[in-house]
Amino acid sequence: MSRQPVTRIEGLAAPFDVSNVDTDQIIPARFLRRPRDTQYGTYLFHDLRFDEAGQERPDFILNRPPFRQAAILVAARAFGVGSSREAAVYALQAYGIRAVVAETFGDIFFGNALKNGLLPVRLPLSTVNALRDAVAASPPARLAIDLEREELVAPDGAKHAFAVPAFARECLLQGQDEIGLTLSFLPQIEQFEARRHTPTV
Amino acid sequence: MSGRTITEKIIAAHSAEGAAVAGGIVTLRPDVVLLNDVSGPLAFEQFDAMGATRPFDPARIVLVADHFAPAPDITAAGAIAMTRDFARRHGIAHFYEPGRGGIEHTLLAELGMVGHGGIVFGADSHTCTAGAFNALGIGFGSTDLAGALALGQLWMRVPESIRVELTGTPGPYVTGKDVILELIRRISSDGAADASLEFGGPGLDALPMDARMAIANMAVEAGADTCVFEGDAQSGADMARRGVPAAPAVTADAGATYRQRIAIDLGALSPLVAKPPSPAAGVPVEALRGQKVDQVYVGNCSNGTMTDLRQVAELLRGRQVAPGVRMVVVPATQKIWRQALAEGLLDVFAEAGAAVSPPTCGACFGGHMGILAAGETAIATTNRNYRGRMGHPESQVFLANAWVATAAAIAGEIVPPGEVAAMPGGAA
Repeated sequence: MSRQPVTRIEGLAAPFDVSNVDTDQIIPARFLRRPRDTQYGTYLFHDLRFDEAGQERPDFILNRPPFRQAAILVAARAFGVGSSREAAVYALQAYGIRAVVAETFGDIFFGNALKNGLLPVRLPLSTVNALRDAVAASPPARLAIDLEREELVAPDGAKHAFAVPAFARECLLQGQDEIGLTLSFLPQIEQFEARRHTPTV
Repeated sequence: MSGRTITEKIIAAHSAEGAAVAGGIVTLRPDVVLLNDVSGPLAFEQFDAMGATRPFDPARIVLVADHFAPAPDITAAGAIAMTRDFARRHGIAHFYEPGRGGIEHTLLAELGMVGHGGIVFGADSHTCTAGAFNALGIGFGSTDLAGALALGQLWMRVPESIRVELTGTPGPYVTGKDVILELIRRISSDGAADASLEFGGPGLDALPMDARMAIANMAVEAGADTCVFEGDAQSGADMARRGVPAAPAVTADAGATYRQRIAIDLGALSPLVAKPPSPAAGVPVEALRGQKVDQVYVGNCSNGTMTDLRQVAELLRGRQVAPGVRMVVVPATQKIWRQALAEGLLDVFAEAGAAVSPPTCGACFGGHMGILAAGETAIATTNRNYRGRMGHPESQVFLANAWVATAAAIAGEIVPPGEVAAMPGGAA
């Protein structure tokens, strides 16, 4: 399957100063019985964003201008831990989040994010903390993430190198999933198979 | 060549490459692919979108309606219907609904589909429960498992391993739950990230299979990719009992490379309670003495076994759930439910004023069958106590073993279980 290639993400960043963000927080379980729909953006961080009456909690970061328009979350440590629910990635994307920066990610979340074109950026905790402070101190602050160069550019112009598993990076850059990327090599695969099955004397 | 871990050996034996070294990428072929009514429907959509027309091997796919089952509403019923329909369309015999099944991870073991050296791919983070059986259970998202459904294989990075050496014999009221809460307390929620936890050592002798399942189940709460126990006479006998074809246990080589080694003396442990909102926030039960509870929940894929239900019954027999406290007991599978019935345990629970639920993931993940209101506190034998996990975001969950949970039900507050056992009222 093909989708939008992810090469460069440039956008408003929101500081999300929480460690151990479990996927139950990202999307509470009661929304999981629903099929994937256009409402997923409203499920994102639902119980942190809204009160019981459905009113926005004014202190929640994504309810505060300008962070409401955030495309990048700068979190802390252990983002996306716990339940394997892929809906956590859908909710982030439906809201408009295209990348999350953190020291570590839940392993299953990390895989789910890459599969769906949400970029998880792993950086040392000191860097993550400094970036978060920077985007909190002078909003609206923007970050630029260059996947080709595996480099994040901070508001002050400082560049931070990060790494994404090579194959996942290739899929994202080309806008392909694993099957699509493999099929793009079909001529070479067929050539190889033909050679392999040709009896040698 | 240096020695290999259990994880590397099991992965190598299931890889197209025939070899596996931590950090490398392999093409991995699982023995079983497991999906539920939450992860399944999303995977089925992806399966169709990938252009797949039939699953790799219907006999090795297990579909379980357990999360929102029995269906609490129309939307959930729709998700189960999608799962049922996928099973029917593709001739998947292993489809289980309430009345026949139970919670997927406990059920999979009961069905005899996991044993020494096996690999389970599950679209659920607690697939690591299979580690109890000297097998690897690996959790994935729905898109990954759609690929596994179609092709019977996935690419995967071989995890490094962390060796957990168990010694000693647990004291009274110390269970598998306390072993894993102790481990997570020590290494925190991401201490085993990108790794497999390998449990072994002489302490295994004192840990029955149910205790091992309770430990393996929460490996993911330490951030682990997967986990595996050493096999032994107990796991071998367990396989024979469940009808799993005999297979030698997979052992680690003497020179295997571990990222870290952790020693746990079972004899030094006391019952622990993990405070909200983190499974890593374990403290001795004494530290929480007097903490009032509104609901006590015994069940889920970590602690809904016969071992747990017998512990509950031992304390509840001849005693009552405290006024103002609700107790919900959820046997993990239909077979366990019936065994508890046969042993008279369900009547002990009912007599004491506890409600017995059909097998389901239920309230553990905030689904149904015991959701908490604002301001309420629960103690549960489940595996996660995140904010709002069991209901309202302003409710809280303490995690503990079945002894501790039952003691709290009787006392109305957290107390050491030994004190409740010493109180008058228990049947001899």
